[in-house]
Amino acid sequence: MDVVIVGAGVVGAACAHYTSRSGLSVAVVDRGPVAGGTTGSGEGNLLVSDKVPGPELELALLSATLWQQLSEELPPDIEYELKGGVVVAASQDSLAALSMTATGQRRAGVEAYHVTPDRLRDMEPHLAPHLAGGCHYPQDAQVQPAVAASELLRSAGRRGALLCPGEEVVGILTDSRGAVRGVRTTRGELRAPVVVNAAGTWGGDLAALAGVHLPVLPRRGFVLVTEPLPRLIRHKVYAAEYVADVSSGSAALQTSPVVEGTPSGPVLIGASRERVGFDRTLSVPVVARLAAQAAALFPVLGDVRVMRAYHGFRPYLPDHLPAIGPDPRVPGLFHACGHEGAGIGLAPATGQLIADAIRGKRPALDLAPFAPERFDAE
Amino acid sequence: MRRTRARTPAELVGSEPGPEFQLSFDGRPVPVLPGQTIAAALWSAGILSWRTTRVHGRPRGAFCGIGACYDCLATVNGRPNQRACLLPARPGDTITTQEGDGHAALDG
Amino acid sequence: MPHSTDEPGARETGRAEVGQVDQVAEVAEVPEFAEVAVVGAGPAGLAAAVTAADHGLDVVLLDAADAPGGQYYRSPADGLGATRPGRLHHHWHTFTELSARLAAHRDSGAIRHLAGHQVWTVERTGDGDWILHAVTGGDQETRTAVRARRMVLATGAHERQLPFPGWTLPGVVSAAGAQAMLKSGLVLPGRRIVVAGSGPLLQAVAVSLTRAGARVPALVEAAGYGAYARAPRVLAGNPGKAVEGARFGAALARARVRVLTHRAVTEVHGDERVEAVTVSRVDHRWRPVAGTGRRIACDALAVGHGLVPQLELALAAGCVTRPGLDGTHAVVLDARLGTTVPGVWAAGESGGVGGVELALCEGELAALSIIREVRGGVRGQEARRAIALGRSRNRLRAFAALMGTVHRPGAGWSEWLTGDTEVCRCEEVTAGRIRTACEELGAGDTRTVKLLTRAGMGWCQGRTCGFAVRELATAHGTGQEPGGPDRRPLACPVKLSTLADLDGPG
Repeated sequence: MDVVIVGAGVVGAACAHYTSRSGLSVAVVDRGPVAGGTTGSGEGNLLVSDKVPGPELELALLSATLWQQLSEELPPDIEYELKGGVVVAASQDSLAALSMTATGQRRAGVEAYHVTPDRLRDMEPHLAPHLAGGCHYPQDAQVQPAVAASELLRSAGRRGALLCPGEEVVGILTDSRGAVRGVRTTRGELRAPVVVNAAGTWGGDLAALAGVHLPVLPRRGFVLVTEPLPRLIRHKVYAAEYVADVSSGSAALQTSPVVEGTPSGPVLIGASRERVGFDRTLSVPVVARLAAQAAALFPVLGDVRVMRAYHGFRPYLPDHLPAIGPDPRVPGLFHACGHEGAGIGLAPATGQLIADAIRGKRPALDLAPFAPERFDAE
Repeated sequence: MRRTRARTPAELVGSEPGPEFQLSFDGRPVPVLPGQTIAAALWSAGILSWRTTRVHGRPRGAFCGIGACYDCLATVNGRPNQRACLLPARPGDTITTQEGDGHAALDG
Repeated sequence: MPHSTDEPGARETGRAEVGQVDQVAEVAEVPEFAEVAVVGAGPAGLAAAVTAADHGLDVVLLDAADAPGGQYYRSPADGLGATRPGRLHHHWHTFTELSARLAAHRDSGAIRHLAGHQVWTVERTGDGDWILHAVTGGDQETRTAVRARRMVLATGAHERQLPFPGWTLPGVVSAAGAQAMLKSGLVLPGRRIVVAGSGPLLQAVAVSLTRAGARVPALVEAAGYGAYARAPRVLAGNPGKAVEGARFGAALARARVRVLTHRAVTEVHGDERVEAVTVSRVDHRWRPVAGTGRRIACDALAVGHGLVPQLELALAAGCVTRPGLDGTHAVVLDARLGTTVPGVWAAGESGGVGGVELALCEGELAALSIIREVRGGVRGQEARRAIALGRSRNRLRAFAALMGTVHRPGAGWSEWLTGDTEVCRCEEVTAGRIRTACEELGAGDTRTVKLLTRAGMGWCQGRTCGFAVRELATAHGTGQEPGGPDRRPLACPVKLSTLADLDGPG
């Protein structure tokens, strides 16, 4: 065995896909099932629109290309849709801010088009009237995240990757020099010179098993799911304020409306962010706020029934950037976690960067901003 | 003690209902006894399905009878996705076979 | 990361306060307060509410139905003018007596009965009270909230279903559903109705259907009644149950209903509606025996495989649950019917399916336990009553456990499925797709199957297919824990505008 990947979420699955494709023999181990953590709670957003110029946007742009390639390799069940995103602004002030963001994004290679209020209604006929305008991001896409993760794992499996769900890693095996030799699990040992931490929100715990600090914290989000509807909402539509919420470091509750249809019919409504640990109770105030904001953006949804509400825990790192790459503190340990709410989108690029790093190939992007040891200085 | 077997549920419980009224199902009149749900009125008329499914367009009607399974969804007076097994029928109600998600009107 | 649209952050800080429940209570109208809120007006809830009110507690009784009685004591709507409603019920006098007590307490104001109120979630306030959020009105778009110091959850059960080829055909109805439609609407799904599945409810349904004029050519039971005899001590402790069984047997014989045990309906025939069913022998693991299929002509099939407790609100309150011998999950209760969460009691099917007698007993006992807590003790007569109820409860729980074991579906049931048998009726997900998800995509638990196939994601949120999906997933599972009960944070669908209306002014 060359590589043990800890975590069968979408990031672990993408790591398995790309490392096995590069010819390495791989095992994926997860204490739960496939897509059992944050992946299964995600909406499947593959976004460039919500990222400002910088390392995360570069990662997202690389991923956007890779997802497009994957959509041709993987079965159509992954429901890849290059549907595009529409960011709307309610006021002239927020429109001005949005336009400034878009200008910066364009320089970084993002396709972003200003949309007038009239054109907005053409693109999304059910949007509330009197919006100041918006911005169209044709590169934004969506997949069904759990299916996508499973199919990535299945593709790795066809190249011999071993999938071990329901098996928890309880220790990292190291040699006398402190280099990784594999993992100890609840069922035994898996030996390999490389261990990839793709444990998502629980990545900090895994890092701790290896004796290193990685401050991944859960940032809770709720999603409302409506009754099945015709394709009322064509793009991923969200309010300009969402970008500010995503990049805020506050522990307090933030909500901004994010609304999109799905091929199966239900409309998904997000997004809330709050740091409340792993609290799994339904928050009525959060759900009410999400509902109010969605109904304000799409009045037609007011009469629609919400069938389900669920939550997920985004793996949050204090600077909102994931940890990707080798850990200089423990030879053989690689990290691929802490993608916060963007893990589905950023998974393929992460997987490819990890595969290249393990292979000793020069990675497509500079890994320095994602250095896992960057929080040690704190 | 042997009871004579009733021929109908109404006979069994000695039903003396109020005056009958009508609802319309896909344009045809269906008699209703006061207090009956829409599903009960349709069953009385021998109608067992009033919805077609989203994926395969198959007919469905009441299944669980207590509002838990949502199989009995019908379009009632233009409002889709009403549970026929719970909703009391009212004079003049117009029931139409619901197709798929029932929201075709929104799609336009 | 600084960003040009960061300025809304100022507003966000203000919003954070909404994260506390008390704030919501302040911005919305102040909810009605009660010492005790009882959810569900079936046998358990009614018994709890009237007992608590008898002892001077101030009670709010919330129930989704317009009339009290729950699923068991369903009665024809007033407009149907039933002069002998008791002909469809056993122990009807128990219900008329409870109803009279409820009416008296309602008149005196001791019980506020909020009929037609479906509670969709409960949440705890900072000072330990509960807020019960409900929807009401014709289209369930009016919202209400009740604040209570203590809560009794008597939320009952719905029927457990196992899929089989053809079970989505019109004319196949749930056994409890046929019973409910008969009791409330005086209607039948057909004239010649096969009753099938497993569990004692089937006997009651078959008897009711024949009394109401239907012909029931067969009652098809996948287990066997002989299994009860293997627990003579439990039976000896519950002589009433044996009498009841004998009475059903005699009634079925009189109505010329053939009782076929160790058999199951393995296929339904018909184009647009039921024309016949195939009944096959099943072995002790419920595996159909090849070549034993026999066709029975009928125009309807009433089918059910026991009941599943409805735990949405208990789970929302944080109550711990446990798997029962019948294969369903139930709330963990102490001898006084307290859940693991202070201030929350549960009675009836919530604590494990056990029937009407147990529900009545537990409802009363839960109320007495609350009275004990409120008063810091109970007087002699009440204490003696609580002890007697506790004994009855133990006896009835022992019988319920036996019943659950006898009728728990055997693992072989899935062998009667074909690849194209729909398992999830809402999302039309077939057994074949579930198998693929398990065998090729690595699913081994309900949630993963749901994520990969949409089984359980439709309108009913897995209430109908949940048990079957769990069984299929664990059969293919990787030895992972079977997991807890299905979670449904919204106990019923709620209109978006109704939820939005709960949002305080920003």
